Amino acid sequence: MDRELLNLLPILVPIPPLAAFFLIVLFTNRVRWLSHTIAVLATIISLGFGVVLLVNGLSMGAHDLAHHPIGNTIEWLPIDGFSNWLQMGAMTDPLTMGMLFFVPTAIFCIIFYSIGYMGYGTEHEDRDYSRFFAFLSLFAAGMFTLVVADNLLLLFVGWEVMGLCSYLLIGFWYDKNYDDPDKTTPRQAAVKAFITTRIGDVIMLLGIAYLYTQTGTLSFAAILRDEQVLHQLATTLVPGMGISIAGLIGLLLFAGTVGKSAQFPLHVWLPDAMEGPTPVSAMIHSAAMVSAGVYMIVRMFPLLSAGWEHGGPPTAPMVAMGLIGAFTALFASTIALAQNDVKRVLAYSTIAQLGYMVAALGIGAYIAAAFHLITHAFFKALLFLGSGSIIHGMEHGAHHANDHHTDAQDMLNMGGLRTKMPWTFWTFLIGGLALSGLPLVTAGFWSKDEILAESFYAMTHGAGGLAPLGAWVFILLAVSAALTAFYTMRQIGLIFWGKPRTKLSKHAHESSWTMILPLVILAFFAITAGWMGIPDDFMGLELGEINFFHHFAGASLVVHPEGITFNWIPLLTSVFVVLLGLGGGYLIYWKEPVKAGEPDPLVKPLGRLYTVLHNKYYFDEFYQAAFVEPTKWVAAKVVYEWMDRGIIDGILHFVGRTTGGIATYVRLFDVHVINGGVDWLKDRFLDGAREFRTIQAGKIQEYMWLSLLIGCAFAYLLIFVLSR
Amino acid sequence: MDFILDNLLTLILFSPLFGMAVVMLMPGDEKKLIRWTALLFSLVPLALSLLLWFEYDIGVPGYQFEHQVVWYAPIGATFYLGADGISVSMVLLTTILSPLAILASFGIKDRVKMYMALFLVLEMGMLGVFLSLDLVIFFLFWEVGLVPMYFLINQWGSANRKYASLKFIIYTVAGSLGLLLAIQVMGLSAGTFSIPELATAWPAITTGVLGIPLGTVKTISFWAFCVAFAIKVPIWPFHTWLPDAHTEAPTAGSMILAGVLLKLGAYGFIRLVLPLFPQQAHDAAWILGLLAVISAIVGAFAAYGQTDFKRLIAYSSVNHMGFVVLGIAVAARAGGSTDPRWAESSIIALNGAVLQMFNHGLSAAALFFLVGVIYERTHTRDLTKLGGLWTIMPAYGGILIFCAMASVGLPGLNGFVSEFMVVRGSWHVYSIYTALTMIGLLLTGAYLLKALKLVLHGSLNLEWKSVPEISVRERLVVYPLMALMLSIGLWPRWVVEVINATVTRLVG
Repeated sequence: MDRELLNLLPILVPIPPLAAFFLIVLFTNRVRWLSHTIAVLATIISLGFGVVLLVNGLSMGAHDLAHHPIGNTIEWLPIDGFSNWLQMGAMTDPLTMGMLFFVPTAIFCIIFYSIGYMGYGTEHEDRDYSRFFAFLSLFAAGMFTLVVADNLLLLFVGWEVMGLCSYLLIGFWYDKNYDDPDKTTPRQAAVKAFITTRIGDVIMLLGIAYLYTQTGTLSFAAILRDEQVLHQLATTLVPGMGISIAGLIGLLLFAGTVGKSAQFPLHVWLPDAMEGPTPVSAMIHSAAMVSAGVYMIVRMFPLLSAGWEHGGPPTAPMVAMGLIGAFTALFASTIALAQNDVKRVLAYSTIAQLGYMVAALGIGAYIAAAFHLITHAFFKALLFLGSGSIIHGMEHGAHHANDHHTDAQDMLNMGGLRTKMPWTFWTFLIGGLALSGLPLVTAGFWSKDEILAESFYAMTHGAGGLAPLGAWVFILLAVSAALTAFYTMRQIGLIFWGKPRTKLSKHAHESSWTMILPLVILAFFAITAGWMGIPDDFMGLELGEINFFHHFAGASLVVHPEGITFNWIPLLTSVFVVLLGLGGGYLIYWKEPVKAGEPDPLVKPLGRLYTVLHNKYYFDEFYQAAFVEPTKWVAAKVVYEWMDRGIIDGILHFVGRTTGGIATYVRLFDVHVINGGVDWLKDRFLDGAREFRTIQAGKIQEYMWLSLLIGCAFAYLLIFVLSR
Repeated sequence: MDFILDNLLTLILFSPLFGMAVVMLMPGDEKKLIRWTALLFSLVPLALSLLLWFEYDIGVPGYQFEHQVVWYAPIGATFYLGADGISVSMVLLTTILSPLAILASFGIKDRVKMYMALFLVLEMGMLGVFLSLDLVIFFLFWEVGLVPMYFLINQWGSANRKYASLKFIIYTVAGSLGLLLAIQVMGLSAGTFSIPELATAWPAITTGVLGIPLGTVKTISFWAFCVAFAIKVPIWPFHTWLPDAHTEAPTAGSMILAGVLLKLGAYGFIRLVLPLFPQQAHDAAWILGLLAVISAIVGAFAAYGQTDFKRLIAYSSVNHMGFVVLGIAVAARAGGSTDPRWAESSIIALNGAVLQMFNHGLSAAALFFLVGVIYERTHTRDLTKLGGLWTIMPAYGGILIFCAMASVGLPGLNGFVSEFMVVRGSWHVYSIYTALTMIGLLLTGAYLLKALKLVLHGSLNLEWKSVPEISVRERLVVYPLMALMLSIGLWPRWVVEVINATVTRLVG
């Protein structure tokens, strides 16, 4: 393909869904079939662009593509002087290429699935059906923009547009209320998501401004592929802070990821984001939104790790990523153990898996993080869409049994669905096993194993702080992997195994083909996506250069990352913990399935701990009491009532009253002293006043003219007198 | 055509006055005719200022379209107009918002003739401030804008209008007194009121005036300027007139108040304080910056604490104008610095500040108008009584979210570009201040989402179940604003190029 033409292609990737958004909002919002057709077509076109780029990129070879990314820039904003422009553009390099494959595929599946999920052509068709597809399209446009951005500012544009879309979509059922007043409504969840992620965003904005100040550019190529710039940033210290400039910028940028990718302590918004329609959850959890946070730090990794040498002491942002990522992975996995809402379990598993990726970057495993990002996107989209299918089936059951009080999302109300919904069951099983990392078969295994292997390598070979950091990451992630396998088995057991525990599950039935087809596509990738990242020397075998992903995506870095040599210990650990978790889950939830009315078998052995986990360590309550309520109080009472109304206006009113008081006394003086002496003048004045009374007709326009005249005369007099 | 180009600024300035005269001549009960005439005449300055926009040459330094005639010889005051990139953009903002505000006022039924006449006078006053190059007529127009606004609030406002209009006028006049005094002192000592001449003559003056030492004179006049403009912007703690005035004013009055009148203060800082008092501004920049940060934070908090929809939006102006003043403070501190990074930062910050003035004009006007749309239908501004309106007003909901997001600073819309520029410029000069304003930026999201939630979301209050959707006329008011917000967000270059050329010469 002609290079000139090809260079235009990256910027075209986000355009079709963006156009779809405007088309639907402005024109087709009343024609529902057209709305969803436009949305689906737009994604297909974007996917087509992505494929063309992929084919061309592959034919160019990773090395060439990395040095000459496909793309274009334009002069977007005059920033100062007459020649200094902020360049804006899109590009495709080897890392983008990986994203261009999985993002549109997953988004296509999600949008296609939504046709069935939002009840097209049925009596349950959603009130705002077209609006849903418009928002999904805008969401897709945001993610595509982020992926093809060739600079940090455009990335931030996509980043924030997705923030808006998640707000709109989480709160899609904006007037929904629950009987239980303590239950988070969609609109509350939407605000929570927007504000919590925005905490990270505003800090990230500082990082962008700082980076821009230091380098005079935001272009990835100019910063990340220029070793001199990186060296400069890594060796200059921030005055008075004892940290390098690259380190501080890295930490500020990473704050954005903590918000966006729901890492501890800003993880609280993601589980509540479940209040949106399920395709939205799939979107947020797999292809877009949370992936964006990880993608950003993968992209910025050369900066975050500036000054780090393979195996050497980690930089400050790396330490932060390693500590927070691994902790989040374990922390979220424990909460997932005690959740009963089918989507909430998945939500916490997402947080944990994102923790894996973040932790991987912390120990320098750049490729492993990117790899896990991709495989995770497939199986998590699959699991969410699967759970949507389950909920749909359960709701059908509720409709059939005329029972609208039983929670259709509570796993304890399910059971035995494998015979009612076989397609959903098999695909969900594949997704669940991929999430657990069932050895050799699933994609999740290959990517997770690579992270464990890398952290083990860092633990054993790392210098300085890298060894303890590697140990921290390795141990926490291994424990978390066991828990993941366990709660996945618990989830599948509770949903599909045993006998139906309520009328809802008894009358559940399989979903329509528009929902099943995406599940099958995603299930295919949940297995095969892992094959592109099998280590060259797996199990000590000489397999040749089969680790395609490593060699290709690795080319995005200036220094091609070395592959680590194979070691049996992390592999065996990985296999062991997975089997341990799966086995435990099997014994507790499959061998003797929970019966109707029975509590979760974990309640008894865990005791008080179960309550704590079930309530997510009370973080929501803590934040509410420590931050939200004080903010409300400060806003309404301190700032508005006391400061503005009380002190500032108080002083004003005091001055006003004092002046008024003085004026009264002056007037008394006037009346009694002066007037007495000039009574005769008064008479003359009254004569005159009779003349003037005609102008006091109470008409506002005349008053106005009069005041204007007097005002002008006064001003004139002042000017005249003062300038003499 | 030559005649128009030669007298372009004069024509822009006085065409609203002509419109007023025509409106005044009409019979008062021909309301429809009066409305349309006023609208038509407000389109004239818009057309002319579009001409100005396209004829303005960014490659030429200094002022363009200058027009100077002797006006009052004994004191050396001249009627002197001229425009540079900053005033051109402000004139465009004014002439865009005025017809929209008049269109928004078509719902006014009481004394339409007077109302429209006042509005046109108001437009002239604002344009005069942006176009004057002579301190005396600058002051004159400054005051001319005040009077109609007083009456608009006082006569067409809501319940507490008397208090609000009095507070508004007392506050502003208090600032004007010092301004007038300072102008006198400067004119007296430099022998001219011409702003371009003063810009070179005044900072170089070496002797005091009327026996007062030079340092005192300069300090006093500097602070007199600052206080006058700070009240107008408004900067904390001079801001408490704003929530009252904005809340009580009629919808179109609030649109103009927030959209243009606040910009007069910021414009004063840029046009007068920075060039005339470079040294004093440099020394006091940290105070200005600090007050800007406090405004941004306190404004956001106060907005978040409101249950009155209109007052919430009113406080958002304090929050947003804080960014403008922060940009100005950076330019005051670092303008003309020999360190290239500081000089660069000052330009970017001031570019951002001017663009933020423009952007805030668009989004605040749109938001006030949208508040008015609800108020006209429900006669309440109490957020707790609204709710669920999205179900019956889907288009209105979409528009409100769009405008709120522009105000939040969503990338892709206008507010982000200017906020980013201010943050980028101020980071290097005032890192701590910049970091602190992020609290304000965060809360901007919080209060606007609070408003959206309480107005649009939740279940519908059945009292409003028959409330009609936003009408065609109302859409025509807000669509142009939305188009501008989007166009600046996607392609800011078309505005920033004009601003940047002037700003670079001003502080570079």
